[in-house]
Parts: sequence; structure tokens; C-alpha cells
Amino acid sequence: MDAKDILGLPKNVHPLTQEKKSRPQKDSQRKPDGISREVYALTGGVPPLMPSVDTSQLKKRPPTDEKVTWQWLPFTNSARKDNLQLYHWVRVVNGVPPTGDYSFAKYNKSVDVVRYTDEEYEKFLTDPMWTKDETDQLFDFCERFDLRFIVIADRFPSSRTVEELKDRYYSVSRAILVARAPSPGDVSGNPLVKEPYNVSQERERKRALSMVLSQTKQQERKDAEVIAEAKRITESRMVAQSADEPELPVASNSGLENAEKAIVLGDNVSPSSNAQLPSAAVSPSTLIADNALTLASLRMLRVYLRTYALDQMIQAASSSAGLRTIKRVEQTLQDLGVNLKPRVPTKAVCSEHLELRKEILTLLNLQKQLQYKEAEGSSFRDSPYETPGTPKDRMFIPDSMSFGGERVGKRDQKRKAPGRLTEAPSSPAQSKRPRKLKASDL
Amino acid sequence: MSARKIGETQADDLGSAPVLQPIRITKSGEDNDKKSANRRLKDAEIAVPIAYGTIAFYLGRKASESQSHKWTVYVRGATNEDLGVVLKRVVFQLHPSFNNPTRVVESAPFELSECGWGEFEIAISLFFHSDICDKQLDLYHHLKLYPEDESGPQSIKKPVVVETYNEIVFPDPSESFIARVQNHPAVVVPRLPAVTVENANEKERGDTKDHPLAQWFMNFSEADELLKLAAARQQVQAHIVKLRRQLSVMDGPPQLSKPPSGYECT
Repeated sequence: MDAKDILGLPKNVHPLTQEKKSRPQKDSQRKPDGISREVYALTGGVPPLMPSVDTSQLKKRPPTDEKVTWQWLPFTNSARKDNLQLYHWVRVVNGVPPTGDYSFAKYNKSVDVVRYTDEEYEKFLTDPMWTKDETDQLFDFCERFDLRFIVIADRFPSSRTVEELKDRYYSVSRAILVARAPSPGDVSGNPLVKEPYNVSQERERKRALSMVLSQTKQQERKDAEVIAEAKRITESRMVAQSADEPELPVASNSGLENAEKAIVLGDNVSPSSNAQLPSAAVSPSTLIADNALTLASLRMLRVYLRTYALDQMIQAASSSAGLRTIKRVEQTLQDLGVNLKPRVPTKAVCSEHLELRKEILTLLNLQKQLQYKEAEGSSFRDSPYETPGTPKDRMFIPDSMSFGGERVGKRDQKRKAPGRLTEAPSSPAQSKRPRKLKASDL
Repeated sequence: MSARKIGETQADDLGSAPVLQPIRITKSGEDNDKKSANRRLKDAEIAVPIAYGTIAFYLGRKASESQSHKWTVYVRGATNEDLGVVLKRVVFQLHPSFNNPTRVVESAPFELSECGWGEFEIAISLFFHSDICDKQLDLYHHLKLYPEDESGPQSIKKPVVVETYNEIVFPDPSESFIARVQNHPAVVVPRLPAVTVENANEKERGDTKDHPLAQWFMNFSEADELLKLAAARQQVQAHIVKLRRQLSVMDGPPQLSKPPSGYECT
């Protein structure tokens, strides 16, 4: 049908009835060659040829009785002050052109800038910082530029800041308003009167905004960290306040009994953050949170095995560590000659084992921090501003002490072979890090 | 269930004895024990040290295809005290190829002997007296018949022994349980002197001190592990101190060497 339309062939008078008749014919005619009809139907088959909406009907316009013509006529715009007459096409209905103002005239809005008389100026508006001329000019500009103070400030002959201009304008308007008002009560609702323009506050606000805008990435990061730390500390304080237990002797107070809050705390923190002291204070609290949660859940059980309890506690303590870290902890334990699972899991042994694991975690975290710091240090070394000499020397010492020549970076973590420690006291290999210890170290 | 009922005072803590006590009531007010540190004001927990496992003898000449070994699976007190005070019964679940693979042992000593040729996992379910706990506790043990070193023929005299030490912990014991267990000769209450009761005359001893297999029982001493752990912790702590020192040293100089221009705009 559309094809016929395009070709300009005569349309069907009763398109619906025609289509119904022709559809079954077309269906059977359209069986494709080569494959059976059923197979073809599987692939979606023949699409129905009749559209649900009669497209030929869509383009028709509703029939009207009016006679519509279009005429090229002149018009005037009330928004203009110069009586300019222009021409445009006008839809004329039955010979009657449309009436009314130019349709876009209503958009010509402007600000009601206060106009004061010289008398009023003498009486209310004199100001030591402003001459009458300047004030007049300001108000003139305000009208011209619709209170766009940026533009006004730009064009103002004497250099005044935007805040000063605004201040002058608003205070003048306010004074005039108050002066002209029959009674103070009438204008007290006016926003000009209710909230006067506060220059110093505005200056402060803009300065703060520009500071935020011009923050470097590093500053942003630091700010985010500080905010996160503060959040954690306040949360831990909240939890501590709601707890029943007496406080534990840890840097950050957390006598935790409330399991739900412990979950919140435990989920939040990863012990590796750049800020040393706050993280050292916070991570014990989250570890204790995990422990408390595990203890609570253990107490729920009527009976359990010591080894099960130990496993749960180990899991809780390592909840923040990744798989690689856990493997490193286990490797360290082996190097120290400690069974991964205690052979005689008494209460004392289990608690010592747990503490040892936690300490190894701390050790690994410190190593990571040290690596990180060295990476930062080496980047300083490479920077063009670096002066050769003293700073470089300072960087070297920690390098050789802790890594024995090992490069900064991720290589440490991938090593499979246990690092052997050559420590003066005869003890078995301790941890993965190869250390060429100096005598000063011990 | 206040601790005072047991007659314990606040300030004491349990010194870790080199030899295990059969059943220990530990007051949670121990500062050294991080596990219970948070439960300072809560009740005591009761721990029952046990050892469980298998002893398997090769039958030698008497061995047949289907019965090459005689083995015993058991649960005993770690110091061979009578577990009947807490255990009501023990159920050993054997391989389905055995007749009646579910074997129930109603009284101490909680053990089971069988003959067979194959190694499999035995499920041991511990059922406690009703005033202690109504939930069962499950242990698993792999029956080992063949020794590690396969050099030469198996000895008839020397069995293959595999034992595991563990402790059953009751975190919230009931008063009646505490009362009952407290008076048991095997129980040691920390603040009171150990009670020893002569029970040589009792025929129905449930302890395994004179068990025929007692010579093969393993000795579990926590002293060894504690020593090793303490040494390891010391080393790790020393390393931590060193690293912390290094880190603080590093934090100092970089502040001075950082160039005033360039890196950070204030």
C-alpha cells in the first residue's frame, strides 16, 4: 500500500476490506521455495503485511469548513520603542487576519530598578564611599544591563568589585524602599528589607568557593581521607557510647557488645591507609569489632569445638585482607616454624596463635606502607626539582635496610620462595622479606 | 548465672598449666585472653579437652582379603578422664559397606572396634546430657590403616595411631551443669585445690587411664606450642618495631627535601 502511495497510484476506496480479502491469498502465495513452510515459520515466518494502523489515513488532515489562506502582512511589536514595521506570513481565516499584539512581545521583561530623585538622594542615600555621579551611573548600568553585575563591574569606569557594586545597589534600593513606605510594617515582608546584602559574607563565600575549585587532586584526596577518618572515629565513638561493656585498653575506645554496629564498623575500614596514626588507632578498633561479632555469634552456639572457634576468629581478623595477604601470613607462619593449625588447640594456644596471626598481618601492612613510602620517595628523587645530594642519601638508607636491594613495587608479593633472614640471633627464617641487616639494625 | 555462684573471685586468672586439666572452668575475666576479653562480665565457659582418633593393627598371618586390619575408633578425655560426665552417647558412622554402619555407644569408654581392609572417613557424633546441651557436635576422622613409610612388611606389634586433640567449649553453661561438673573429681576449679577421689574400687570406671590401648595414646602438651608461638610472636614484634622506626624516619626527611615550588599548589 505504501508502495502504491509512493508511486502515486490510485488508493483503494475501502482499504480495509480489500486487505482482508487479499491477506489469505498472499499468505499461501508467499510460501518460500527451498524450505518447508513449517521451517520457515520457525524463523519468524512471513511477517503480516497489514499494518495495525492504517498509515494512509494518518496523513489526512481533519476536514474543516474554514477557508485558510496565508498572507504576507505587516506587523508592529509593542516591545519596540521605535515603531518599526516589519512583514511576516499570517494565517488568515475566512479573510480575517489575527488580532492582538505580536506574540513574542510578552517576553520582553525587565527589572524594576529603583529610580530616586535628587532630593531623596540628599536625604537618605549619601555615602562617604560613593559620589552621586557614581551612584547614578551605577543605577543607569543596572537598568541597561538588567542587574548583571558582572557586566556592570566590567564596564564601570572606576574599578569597583562586584561585591561593592551589589552592596551599593542593594543598600540604596533598601533605603529608598523604606523611605517611601508609608509605614515600616508594609515593607517588612520585602526581601530587600528582610535579608540585607551582607558584603563580608559574600566575599567569604566566594573565596571559599574559589578555593574549593582550585584544589589540587592531592588536596582533594587528603580531604577525603580526613573526612573518612573523622567519620570512622565518630562512628566508633557512637558505638562505644551505646555499648554496655567497659572500655578495652586500646587507643580508640571500643568496648563493643552491639553486634550490628560492629558489623558496620567491621565493614568500613581497610587497614592500609597512608595516614599512620589514625589508621593505627582505627584498625585495632575494627579488628576488635570483628572479634566481638565473632564472639557474639560463637556464644549463640550452645557448643562448639575450639578449632572451630579459632577458625572463626582467624577469619574475622583477616576479613580485611585479600587472599594474597592471607597466603603470605601462612607462609610467614611456616617460616617461623609454627603449625598453621595448632596441634594442641587449648585456649591459651589458640589465643596466642590468633595474636600471632594478627601481628603478622600488622607486619605485612607495615611492609606495604614502607614500600609505598619508598615509591613516593623515589618519585621525588626523579622529579626535576630534586637537588642532588642530601635528599638522595636519605632515601637510600631505608631502601637497603628493609629490602636488601629489592626493587620497590609489586614484585615482592609474587615471590613464591620463602625469603630467608640472615639475622644475628640464630632463629629460623622469619618472614618473606630478604633482609641484609646491618649491625645497627639489631 | 553469675560467676559468683561458683565461688570465683574477680581478680584471678587461670595460669596455663603445663599439663592439661580434664575439664576447665575459665572465668572470662582474663586480660591476656583476647578471645574472652570482651566477655569479662559474662559467664564462665566450660571446656572439655578431648582426644579422638583411631588405632589400627595389622593382623599379619590372620589377615584375609576382606579383613586385613583390626582398628579401634574412640573419643577419650585428653588426660584419660571419664567423659561420661558430659557425654551421653557417641554415634560412630562407618562406611556403608559395614553391617549396621551406625554404631551407638551409650557409655564410657566411647569406642568402637572393627575389622576391615579399607580407609574411610568416620563421622563421630557427640551427644551430651540433656542438662548440658541438646545439640550434637560432629567430628570427622580419617581412618588410617597403613603406615607412612611403606618399607618392609607391616608390623603386627606397632599400630598406626592417628589422634586429634580438640576442646569442646560450652560458652554458656547452665547452673546445673556447672554444679554437677564442678564436683567431678576430674574437674579442676582454678581457685580451689584439685580434688582427687579414690575410685580404684569402682568397677564401672569410664576413664581410660588403664585402657588396654593406653600405651599408644598420644601425649598432648601445650607447652611446646606455647613456647614456639611465644618465640614467633617475639620475632614478629621485633620486626614491627623496626619497621615502625623506619617509617617514622622516612616521614621526617621527605618534608624537608620536598621542593617548595611545583608539587603542591596551596
